[in-house]
Amino acid sequence: MTLVEKIAGWVVALLATVTVVFLLTPLLVTVAVSFGSSAVFTLPAPSWSLRWYEALMRSRDLWPAVFASLQLAALSTALALVLGTLCAIGLLRGAFRGREAIVTFLVSPLMLPGLVIGIAMLESFRAAGLRDVWLSLILAHVVITLPYVVRTVFASLSLFDFTLIDAARILGLTYPNAILKVLVPSLAPAFLTSGMFAFLASMDNYPISIFFTDAWTKTLPIQMLQYVEESPDPTIAAVSTLLILLSIGVLIIGDRLVGLRRMADL
Amino acid sequence: MSSARRFDPILLLALPAALYLGIVYGLPLLFLLGRSLFGAGGLSSFVGFFADPFSWTVLANTVRSAVLVTLICLIIGYPTALVLARAGGFAQAAILVAIILPLSVGVVVKAFAWQIVLRRDGVVSQIMTGLGLWSEPQRLLFTETGLVIGAANIFVPFMILPIYAVLKLVDPRLGEAAATLGASPVYRFFKVALPLSLPGIVTGVAFVFSMAASMYVIPSLVIGDRFQTLATLTGRSFLFMRNEQLGSTTAVVLLALTVSVVIASAWLSRRLGGAQ
Repeated sequence: MTLVEKIAGWVVALLATVTVVFLLTPLLVTVAVSFGSSAVFTLPAPSWSLRWYEALMRSRDLWPAVFASLQLAALSTALALVLGTLCAIGLLRGAFRGREAIVTFLVSPLMLPGLVIGIAMLESFRAAGLRDVWLSLILAHVVITLPYVVRTVFASLSLFDFTLIDAARILGLTYPNAILKVLVPSLAPAFLTSGMFAFLASMDNYPISIFFTDAWTKTLPIQMLQYVEESPDPTIAAVSTLLILLSIGVLIIGDRLVGLRRMADL
Repeated sequence: MSSARRFDPILLLALPAALYLGIVYGLPLLFLLGRSLFGAGGLSSFVGFFADPFSWTVLANTVRSAVLVTLICLIIGYPTALVLARAGGFAQAAILVAIILPLSVGVVVKAFAWQIVLRRDGVVSQIMTGLGLWSEPQRLLFTETGLVIGAANIFVPFMILPIYAVLKLVDPRLGEAAATLGASPVYRFFKVALPLSLPGIVTGVAFVFSMAASMYVIPSLVIGDRFQTLATLTGRSFLFMRNEQLGSTTAVVLLALTVSVVIASAWLSRRLGGAQ
């Protein structure tokens, strides 16, 4: 190795290390603040305490929002998995002109501004006379979750060799059985990864949800932003720390089931 | 294939999702566009918008902050994707965890954490004064620098992942072959690795730019009302000012900006893909 190569290698490694530290900074800060005794987020904290976790347990605003978001994310992810998988299969097997354009359209909610999508939906839902908060939220959140499923399952299916299903049938399996034993296992990682990211995107959505929530039904990001703006105290850090713990749990399960590397293949 | 010519019933499977998005998402966007172009006020609201010097400040704020965020993400994201694609074991696991874990923590929480980090008595200020780089504690919160740092932090995974997806497919022997043929490391990077990873860069840049141009939660927590972008102005017009006319106009301008980035990137990556 020449000197230039060595220096370049060190620079690349340094930048990658900086990125890892940079990426983890907000999480570390959140966890540290949640265990501090200071109400004004002083770091390092003057002393450690669990008072914000106690405050969280007593909170009457945050828990309903947590459960509302969990329900909404679970339901919209389930709907997206069904619709998105069928769609990916249909698009992939039925080769036709303009397929790329349709895929781009189906994935486009990921790249267009959430606020604009939210405003457009709000106006159309209003015009259609739809006023039910839950129904509006679910309709909107499937638009958030569907692109993740379509994109990942489509990519994963395009690597799948469909003649394997014919082979399984020649070997004596019925058609549904062949699908169950051959196609489903090879799509399982795509289901898990896209389901996870779709779920997280729904849990985290602010700019679309804000147009459909009301005083009684608030999702977690909306309740949290309101909390941070009105009465910022580390209770919000405590609830975030619990969510980080939950994510670490999901990551460990995901790593066991799929492997971290495949989870990054989204 | 014969399926290209005659109708294949399996296509029907795609129908529910396509119809769903068409009705719940496509049509509302078209209505919004139609109403803002041809409805009451119509084009005159755009004329009014572009005649106002404040609008140009807002546009400049939007584009400048999004470009800066995209640049930072590219500068730190590319080397990270490179290490992720080449390294194994601990380095790879550490990077993967650092990318995926923050994705699972909400934007509100991360923006809130940056509020704490960027304060005058925050961690950044403490480190910089401790190192002697700053003579006195400074506040980055409510500055554009702070906004760009926070936003880059939140969007950098969307730069790393597409570049990684391309880089891991590149045969490492290509670089070795170029080296055997006498190419210098710098030449090799610019003539072999970089061109091969361009499709990933295009996707990452388009993603990060359109997300950074549309961000709403991060600026409202990290920089506040004095700094307006198209997205914050849109949100504010609808949610606080109840000025739906102005909100629709800025929404359509923002939509046009991001749609053109998406289309340009799709066109570019098709060209790049075709060139190889």
